[in-house]
Amino acid sequence: MADDQNKILDEVTGGEYKYGFHTDIETEMIPKGLSEEVVRMISAKKGEPEFMLEYRLKAFRHWQTLKAPDWAHLNIPEIDYQDIIYYAAPVQKPQLESMDEVDPELKATFDKLGIPLDEQKVLSGVAVDAVMDSISVKTTFRETLAEHGVIFCSISDAVKEYPDLIKKYLGSVVPYSDNFFAALNSAVFSDGSFVFIPKGVRCPMELSTYFRINAMNTGQFERTLIVAEDDSYVSYLEGCTAPQRDENQLHAAIVEIVVHDRAEVKYSTVQNWYPGDKDGKGGIYNFVTKRGICKGDYSKISWTQVETGSAITWKYPSCVLMGDHSVGEFYSVAVTNNYQQADTGSKMIHLGKNTRSLIVSKGISAGKSQNSYRGLVKVSKKAANARNFSQCDSLLLGDRCGAHTFPYLEISNNSALVEHEATTSKIGEDQIFYCNQRGISTEDAIGLIVNGYVKEVINQLPMEFAVEAQKLLQISLEGSVG
Amino acid sequence: MLVIKDLHAKIEDKEILRGINLTVKPGEIHAIMGPNGSGKSTLSAVLAGNDKFEVTEGEVSFNGKKLLELPPEDRSREGLFLSFQYPVEIPGVSMVNFMRTAVNEHRKYKGEEALSASDFLKKMRDKKKLVEIDSKLTNRSVNEGFSGGEKKKNEIFQMAMLEPTLSILDETDSGLDIDALRIVANGVNKLKTENNATILITHYQRLLDYIVPDYVHVLYKGRIVKSAGKELALELEEKGYDWIKKEFED
Repeated sequence: MADDQNKILDEVTGGEYKYGFHTDIETEMIPKGLSEEVVRMISAKKGEPEFMLEYRLKAFRHWQTLKAPDWAHLNIPEIDYQDIIYYAAPVQKPQLESMDEVDPELKATFDKLGIPLDEQKVLSGVAVDAVMDSISVKTTFRETLAEHGVIFCSISDAVKEYPDLIKKYLGSVVPYSDNFFAALNSAVFSDGSFVFIPKGVRCPMELSTYFRINAMNTGQFERTLIVAEDDSYVSYLEGCTAPQRDENQLHAAIVEIVVHDRAEVKYSTVQNWYPGDKDGKGGIYNFVTKRGICKGDYSKISWTQVETGSAITWKYPSCVLMGDHSVGEFYSVAVTNNYQQADTGSKMIHLGKNTRSLIVSKGISAGKSQNSYRGLVKVSKKAANARNFSQCDSLLLGDRCGAHTFPYLEISNNSALVEHEATTSKIGEDQIFYCNQRGISTEDAIGLIVNGYVKEVINQLPMEFAVEAQKLLQISLEGSVG
Repeated sequence: MLVIKDLHAKIEDKEILRGINLTVKPGEIHAIMGPNGSGKSTLSAVLAGNDKFEVTEGEVSFNGKKLLELPPEDRSREGLFLSFQYPVEIPGVSMVNFMRTAVNEHRKYKGEEALSASDFLKKMRDKKKLVEIDSKLTNRSVNEGFSGGEKKKNEIFQMAMLEPTLSILDETDSGLDIDALRIVANGVNKLKTENNATILITHYQRLLDYIVPDYVHVLYKGRIVKSAGKELALELEEKGYDWIKKEFED
């Protein structure tokens, strides 16, 4: 009986990765390995000002003194950092008529991923920055946004065009000394997005960055910085995919968010890096540091993530609630299947008075995967009347996977009210049979139950992406759907 | 419509059904009664296709098809409905979404188009009225936090939505107070036509005051040991099962 059930689960959870294709395009690469020389080379390739190179070198020297963290509930194979290519850029054909044009080959790649780069064709109301390997290919709607004073461009452009803003904010939330992967990223980051929303502006469209790893043996080190001035608002979404390969590839990103008085940033992620095959071969190692600071009073940061990809995920989007009455939210769905491992969660650091935070984490484990929630709620001495509510649910499909919850609470103020709820459930055979008896196939029944389970989180995503995310969940867990 | 021939089934190594023979024709209501452990619920589970039980012998034909060869979802789509003794809770899945998926799967199977949202909601309203189920129930997750009576009413509501040709009601009367019993029985009677059939699995005569069967069968130790008209139920009510046990104890 248990065997039968496993057979069914194997069938329905054996879905194929849809974005595993590789684009055959000429790619400029630097030699493998990491050294001061490589850091200088990357900086030179990007034509960066001196201050940026200095920053990278400081980070690199610091990184050399660090060891990779091993505290997560992950089994990470030794990574040879000298065996990775740190810069790879698709070479665009030179005969383009204007700067706005994109190599047709690249356009076709993003079309295939469902990310059209023509402004006429994109989802209404969404501006896209498309990043392939180490460089930004195209940012749409830059001009339209500029009319509102909104800056949305690649971080490379920002370093050159807005050096004062970069100097002021880059590394201000996640300093290079923060952790091993942060130091690595700060030394070699290649591209990513920069968003600046000026005072009082409600960004007229959703902003989105799409990250694609294409080249072999390369790492992707993206860097995103979002600054929201007083009374502004922006909703930002990132998506990611990579080709299907037998080797593991490294992705180590940093996202920093700074939010001033009464401003709000909503950051959503649909992460679908190649997770490796059924036997655990290949897949992306996803080591990401995401942190936002609610600097101003009454400011708000809301993280929403749907994590279905990557062989290993190590990621804790966090909020530093510095301003009084500031609010931090974290909504997460993390799906692991086959041999995937995820150690993900959030940190809510309460510094200001009357600050509030909410954590809703939904883990789904299938196959032989391991799925951990790790979260810290910290209330400092001065954070009077801090409130936190954390809810961590785990759903198990089958009996060969694992779900773990590691909540940490550090409370230094008596007026704090901190609540933590956790549940673990399994999709029962009886639930599936009940659906079957009403004419619903096992596969659809699992889809129905899983989508019911994650509804609370999916509802936080912008409409178009919520639909995408639901489909993605089905594909991640099912065989034939999609 | 339903012909069961010499049906044997076991769970693990224990044989529970030991040669069931039963024929059900359109328009008929059959009651299957019997003491605890006689195999009543096993029979309904086996017919619905629950794979906890293994069929070791026999065959079942349903509307001309070999029922035992169909997966459970196809048995449902062919028109077989089981009202569960213990309806299952599915948190997070709304009744509307659940029912819409089920109804449209049935339609797809028959080669019909999916119902539009408005047609579906209209159908739901009509059926709710028919079986007198509270609107609030259908706005909640499937069976989640429902009382025992609400769960049973919800089963009858689903039966109304799916319009089966054969309904098997497994101990639908258990745990119902007299008002809920009346509502459930009324629902079943209203849904009765000359083209569909019902099998009532029950312990007590009580339900049969409300839903009058054409035939009563007594199941004992995995076999149907006695079949007669509705008067048999009254006899059982009066004398209990002991006389049957005595009669068939070798």
